[in-house]
Amino acid sequence: MYPIVAKKCLNPTVTMMDIAAPLVARKAQAGQFIILRVDEDGERIPLTVAGYDRAAGTVRIIFQVVGATTEKLNHKQVGESIQDFVGPLGEPTHLAGLKKVCIVGGGVGCAIALPIAEALHAMGAEVHAIIGFRSRELLILEDEFRAVSDRLTVMTDDGSYGSRGTVTVPLQAALTAGEQYDEVIAIGPLIMMKFVVATTRPFGVKTTVSMNPIMVDGTGMCGGCRLTVGGKTRFACVDGPDFDGFEVDFDEAMARGSMYRDFERHAHEETCNLFQKEVR
Amino acid sequence: MPANLRPDKNPMPSQPPAQRAHNFDEVALGYDEAAALDEAARCLHCANMPCVSGCPVNVHIPAFIEQVRSGDFEAAYQIITQSSSLPAVCGRVCPQENQCEARCVRGKKGEPVGIGRLERFVADWHNQFSAAAPVRPAPNGHRVAVVGSGPSGLTCAGDLAKKGYAVTVFEALHLAGGVLVYGIPEFRLPKRIVQQEVDSLRQLGVDVQTNVVIGKTMTIDELFEQGYEAVFIGSGAGLPNFMGIPGESLKGVYSANEFLTRSNLMKAYRADAATPIWKGGRVVVVGGGNVAMDAARTALRLGGQVSVVYRRSMEELPARREEVEHAMEEGVEFHLLNNPVRILGYQNPDDPRDPKNGCVKAVECIRMELGEPDEKGRRRPVEIPGSEFVMQADVVIIAIGTSPNPLIKNTTAGLEVNRRGGIIVQEDTGATSRSGVYAGGDAVTGAATVILAMGAGKTAAKAIDQALMG
Ligand SMILES: Cc1cc2nc3c(=O)[nH]c(=O)nc-3n(C[C@H](O)[C@H](O)[C@H](O)COP(=O)(O)OP(=O)(O)OC[C@H]3O[C@@H](n4cnc5c(N)ncnc54)[C@H](O)[C@@H]3O)c2cc1C
Ligand code: FES
Repeated sequence: MYPIVAKKCLNPTVTMMDIAAPLVARKAQAGQFIILRVDEDGERIPLTVAGYDRAAGTVRIIFQVVGATTEKLNHKQVGESIQDFVGPLGEPTHLAGLKKVCIVGGGVGCAIALPIAEALHAMGAEVHAIIGFRSRELLILEDEFRAVSDRLTVMTDDGSYGSRGTVTVPLQAALTAGEQYDEVIAIGPLIMMKFVVATTRPFGVKTTVSMNPIMVDGTGMCGGCRLTVGGKTRFACVDGPDFDGFEVDFDEAMARGSMYRDFERHAHEETCNLFQKEVR
Repeated sequence: MPANLRPDKNPMPSQPPAQRAHNFDEVALGYDEAAALDEAARCLHCANMPCVSGCPVNVHIPAFIEQVRSGDFEAAYQIITQSSSLPAVCGRVCPQENQCEARCVRGKKGEPVGIGRLERFVADWHNQFSAAAPVRPAPNGHRVAVVGSGPSGLTCAGDLAKKGYAVTVFEALHLAGGVLVYGIPEFRLPKRIVQQEVDSLRQLGVDVQTNVVIGKTMTIDELFEQGYEAVFIGSGAGLPNFMGIPGESLKGVYSANEFLTRSNLMKAYRADAATPIWKGGRVVVVGGGNVAMDAARTALRLGGQVSVVYRRSMEELPARREEVEHAMEEGVEFHLLNNPVRILGYQNPDDPRDPKNGCVKAVECIRMELGEPDEKGRRRPVEIPGSEFVMQADVVIIAIGTSPNPLIKNTTAGLEVNRRGGIIVQEDTGATSRSGVYAGGDAVTGAATVILAMGAGKTAAKAIDQALMG
């Protein structure tokens, strides 16, 4: 069992938790992920490592409540434990040698982008961050990003905070203005990463995306996480989760991501009903 | 008492096909005492014991059958466990028809003695009636790490623990058992039997740590730094192969490993499961091994209308005969001498948001004929030009084999593997190219059998003991 040692709501649907998992904390690096099960008979879900404290032996996760499992996780409180927590899985993001990077984060993807921005900042690289949200109340981690960015641009779809529009607007502007990035690192919804890639491709700027497909084991055993990258089948859990954005087949990844949509919607509704009954 | 000279084995009591096709309960129900006594009386006690040489771990078969015949089932069990650590498992899943029973003299005129069925009977009897919990031996002060909790790892751990070693088993998944829990379905090997094996290891003092991926959470080198004096790698051959044909990433295409893991390990077959799986529809399973049979019979029980597509003929089909027969009785169809060339997907030209877009619609196959025998003497399947045809499908399960996972190799300097990714070992000890590191089971041989994995775990345990105790 893995105790929850801290919990904080970042916005109405996004929660941060620190989990005591000393073995994982000892090894975790930015870009890697863990797989957890909330309780016995629970499903296995991957969540990217949003931070770690090696001395305290804790790993930070940040998740959005999107389905039955994240709903159940969100109902757990400090002092309670989760059943299983395994990692760190996947390859860390390759940062060595980077001097100037644009980090693009969308929604809860910002939680994953932050440790990368922090690592780059600590290395002395110049960090430009663009973070985007649907609206002001969904904004997370702005101060944390500001602390490690040489330039921070906040975007909201509805213009309720920062500038109005998608993350590709300022990215396009920067590239057109002649900014020379060693790399653009994009983390967020598939559709956002697809458009980031479409924006950077004409400029030929190396673009890395972090993929988060459906997974079961996370060790290369099931192939459920497979993606087509550069025409080849790759397993996101062992070959990724980072891939060259120019090579990823996003349309296929989006289709595969919806494989269990009906099941998930139904399971989520049932879980919500259950929790509501408990409250009454 | 005279030998029983009837030519047939005592039949295995089983759930009727029409009933079992709709549940996940065990198909074979096991002999009762009368059937076991009667079957044991069929053994002729041949002086040269051909059955024993047919068994990969040389179980003293006539000796245990003699004890069954005299009604001392516990004594029979003790004889089996001198050579095999997992009798309740092997009695159920071993391919006896190619091993011990293939050499049985009774098989020349009629059916061989039901050795596997007797083994299962003895093991189940022991598990049910013999309460003696394993005794924890006095510690000998040495520590050994075992990577993977499949049959090879469990056996190696058990043998070492019985000698007083402090053994830790590291397992990547949340549950111990390897293929026995994530691959082989409940209806063939009830999970409580595997659990019993793991529980008795714990009673022996083995520390089973789940959720540890060696190569990620910890490396082999770190295990030595932590004071383990030897490491056994029994990490299996879990990496699924795909065919490399168009359409393999459509929605509804699974590797057999994924389909079986969802159903077995994650219990997706239960109505209230948290893990989803596609149920029902027209299911095409590609392949002809045990894994393909398990996937087909699982899909059938989930409500599917199931076809197995295999590129050779029934004669070459590598699955156990009994499993093929069971599958046929349950209603699985076999399309032999066919090979898929591509998987076709659905795309609604008028609605890009149609949820069915990107889903499997059909499999295009080509007919095959058998040509000249290859190096192994198996006749090579050759495509018949222009014979392509289309089979409707909603789910496609690819069961064409697995390879060893490269995770440990990639993180362990100096660990040599062969061209198929199998760890290279000395056959008589399991020693690898790294000093103090041993390996066995599917991680070495590629996908093989439970009994061979178990035997490899035993061999390595013996070698580790010799190396550490001198
Ligand atoms: C569906 C199916 C049906 C089968 N049917 C039969 C049958 O009827 N009869 C028969 O004899 N054989 C059968 N087999 C084959 C048999 O199950 C295997 O040969 C046997 O289980 C191999 O044992 P093993 O100990 O080598 O590895 P496995 O059973 O594969 O166990 C390996 C374990 O190691 C773990 N692991 C892997 N990498 C790591 C790591 N880096 N760190 C920590 N843990 C790790 C895995 O999670 C797994 O639990 C079948 C196989 C399958 C898949
Ligand atoms: S999650 Fe199973 S192979 Fe990647």
